[in-house]
Amino acid sequence: MRASNAGDAAAYERLLTELTPALRAAARRGLNAAGLADTDAEDVVQETLLAIHLKRQTFDGNAPFGPWLAAIARHKMIDAWRRHGRRTKLPIDDFAEVLADGSAEPDLITADVSRHVESLPPSQRAAVRAIAIDGATIAEAAARLSMTSGAVRVALHRGLAGLARKFRTDTL
Amino acid sequence: MKTSDLIRALAADCAPWPKPLRQIFNAALLPAILMAFGLYLVVLGPRPDLAAHLADPRFAFKFLLALLLLGLVGDLVLRIGQPGVPTRASALRLWLVPLLLGGAILVELFVLPPHLWLPRLIGSNALLCLVSIPSLSLGPLIAIFFSLRRGAPEHPASAGAAAGLFAAAIGAVLYATHCPDDSPLFVAAWYTLAIALVAGIGALAGGRLLRW
Repeated sequence: MRASNAGDAAAYERLLTELTPALRAAARRGLNAAGLADTDAEDVVQETLLAIHLKRQTFDGNAPFGPWLAAIARHKMIDAWRRHGRRTKLPIDDFAEVLADGSAEPDLITADVSRHVESLPPSQRAAVRAIAIDGATIAEAAARLSMTSGAVRVALHRGLAGLARKFRTDTL
Repeated sequence: MKTSDLIRALAADCAPWPKPLRQIFNAALLPAILMAFGLYLVVLGPRPDLAAHLADPRFAFKFLLALLLLGLVGDLVLRIGQPGVPTRASALRLWLVPLLLGGAILVELFVLPPHLWLPRLIGSNALLCLVSIPSLSLGPLIAIFFSLRRGAPEHPASAGAAAGLFAAAIGAVLYATHCPDDSPLFVAAWYTLAIALVAGIGALAGGRLLRW
């Protein structure tokens, strides 16, 4: 996180990738504990990653990273419980043995983010799609969409913020 | 969209890395406090006999209590937007303010003859107090909300209430130097009402604007 802070995008991508298995395991645990199907775990993971990204300015470089990450993950877990309507509360320990190792999971395609991307304004949708799904760099996306790099950056950023907002309004 | 796709998009949006929340907070709050102070100077101004009252125990208590509230809520507001930073102890310390005020009321009731209780409670400027404190706190309230929206408060409504309390404390510190009513009875009734009003507005707004 501190390296990313200094503008190292590769370090940042590596960090988020390495956090994902732990987030996935935590999301499963949280959904199971609430008596919900863990098929929605990947949506929770993606929403949490978005929150980590959009709230990265709240991480104080001198403070430990763990509590910050845990608080964000917990907040998003609670959102997911609200969204699905929390039915029962079961102790986490009952499920501990049957939990799959999150790191062994394939890279899952999820419904929520894809649906939310579709409802973004056109230029934001195009920027998010080009960079996320097609794997284009900012410059490549700019050339393909006939936009300036700056405009692609802005559209990408607004698109990502818009995705987080759509998750949020889903909760209501 | 696959999770690795999303991560690629997030990494592409990594730079420019935003300023830390603390800096955002300071940058928003300083102009807001200056605006509140400017409004105070133009519309209210210090009471003419302020210098003579600086050592008066009732005035000193009123002013220092408002400053104490400002300091205590300030500590809470700085913590509240940052996930994983504990807030409980900071929030519990706020009880010091009503406790001190309660003690001051007891002393006031003891030293004042009963026929003065009601006049001191009503004071001469209750309505101005109710209008001034919320008006002075409006700019700071907007500034705090602006910065807290960049933050990630775990409980949006409580964070909004804390933001309202902090803004109202700024208003109260300023108004305390204008208001000629120094009795703890007056402070307990009208300052409390005015501050609660702003905190309530903050809580309502926070529940809507500070969700993330």
